[in-house]
Amino acid sequence: QLCPCLLAAPTRPPPTHPFAVSLYLSSDCKDYLCCRVFVPCMMVLHSILSDINPYAYAGVGCGITIGLSVLGAAWGIWITGASLLGAAVKAPRIRSKNLISVIFCEAVAIYGIIMAIIFSQKFSDVGSDVTADPKNFYSGISIFSSGVTVGFCNLWCGVCVGVIGAACALAGAQRGELFVKILIIEIFGSALGLFGVIIGIITSASAKFAS
Amino acid sequence: MSVGSMLSFNTNDGYLDGIVRGYRSGILTAADYANLIQCDTLDDLKLHLQSTDYGDFLANEPSPLATTTIHDKCTEKLVKEFMHLRDQAVEPLGKFLDYMTYGYMIDNILLLITGTLHERDITELVEKCHPLGMFESMPTLTVAKTASELYNSVIVDTPLAPFFQDCLSEEDFSEMEIEIIRNTLYKAYLEDFHRFCVEELGGTTAEVMGEVLEFEADRRTITITQNSFETELSKDDRAKLYPSFGKLFPEGTRSIGQTSTVAELRKIMDSYGEFSEIFTDMDEELKKLENAFDMHSIKLNRLSFEQCFHYGVFYSYVKLKEQEIRNIVWIAECIAQDQKSKINNFVPIWP
Repeated sequence: QLCPCLLAAPTRPPPTHPFAVSLYLSSDCKDYLCCRVFVPCMMVLHSILSDINPYAYAGVGCGITIGLSVLGAAWGIWITGASLLGAAVKAPRIRSKNLISVIFCEAVAIYGIIMAIIFSQKFSDVGSDVTADPKNFYSGISIFSSGVTVGFCNLWCGVCVGVIGAACALAGAQRGELFVKILIIEIFGSALGLFGVIIGIITSASAKFAS
Repeated sequence: MSVGSMLSFNTNDGYLDGIVRGYRSGILTAADYANLIQCDTLDDLKLHLQSTDYGDFLANEPSPLATTTIHDKCTEKLVKEFMHLRDQAVEPLGKFLDYMTYGYMIDNILLLITGTLHERDITELVEKCHPLGMFESMPTLTVAKTASELYNSVIVDTPLAPFFQDCLSEEDFSEMEIEIIRNTLYKAYLEDFHRFCVEELGGTTAEVMGEVLEFEADRRTITITQNSFETELSKDDRAKLYPSFGKLFPEGTRSIGQTSTVAELRKIMDSYGEFSEIFTDMDEELKKLENAFDMHSIKLNRLSFEQCFHYGVFYSYVKLKEQEIRNIVWIAECIAQDQKSKINNFVPIWP
């Protein structure tokens, strides 16, 4: 059963200020929590989020891309590097081959840089009021979404490749032929970052700041 | 493998983990043992050991070699490797490695006390102590005559202080059974180590070390019971020596505490899955029990290397290396005493 507040709404003018919503509560309001708390909260959130400048969305998206990608790559390199150093003490033959694991982690940071460069090309100065053209809102949010996608994908991809690289170094030190087999697992882990890049490119393909 | 340990283990302990796994690859394999068994003299043995990870460790020893020299030199190599790890470890790995040495400290303290009771020279006793269990105030142990004197003057400064709670008394040492003291201390040590691994460290270390330490506790329960059947140890005193954790606790320890013959012990052990395998092929008098327990313990230690990013590998490496030293000394003794028929009675580490 609907709350009488909702049923009475069409006969009154809609309140412009979210706090004024509570003045339009019916005297036999059934769903007090919804009408008094939830609806005003949602209206405040909506007005905050739609008031944020498209430039802010796009800029934060661009920053998150490169920031989280580098975090993931760095995390992976430190995990791999510590184990590689320890294992190479007693088995020096693994020194050069296992640097491939470090290179795979580095590739994750490179995905992040490429996507950040692509986003920053789209993220241009409009000259006049950016909120005038509604297409700019779409551009801002789409760059933000791609940025978050790519950033988080690369974060976990970097960690994944790092953990596998550590295990690869330890296993390769014990038995040499295991190195190539575990490298295949690392290649699959590396593909996770590529998934993020693909989605990022598709989502932000038609983003453009136009005057 | 818990998520947290995967992500953060390598920051502090990754390098030492890599080193200890490198040490593990130097443990003698079945092929090495096959070579060693074929030796006719101890010099042949030395030659074969040169091609393994041991290298030239016996190079400066005058021939003819004695088996005690081989034992001392092997232990020295193990201690050097352990101290290399301990010197580079940060907390909490440092505390874990310290816990591993407390067992040897207990043995050393009791060795010094027994030696003093029999009026031996302090310097030759200190030389016989295990190098992993040394602490600074060792020579001053000779002055104490009762347990509480010992505690107040020496023990309270060492890390073993909390383990002495249960056996402080005013009785003189010569009256108290040294073995009772040893078992009480070791029980307190095992319980504390188990608590440290399971509650403070958690994660994969708790899983792996929990298994290993629980088997140790159960093994001690059964061995103490078996050894006490012919002695005057009362059932209550015996029950106080059983560790309060492990697969046999509390139900099994209570029923084992009531037994007084080997047959009753076997009947109780048949209902425990892990132990029934060990006990089914056992002879009546349980003579081969020690060997079977050793093999099971080695198997558990071997399995701890299968997991990544935990501290159990450090403990397992030391245990496996000790078993290897016992094996080498057994083979050396068989060769020296010309008893080649028994030479295969060592516990192989890699199956």
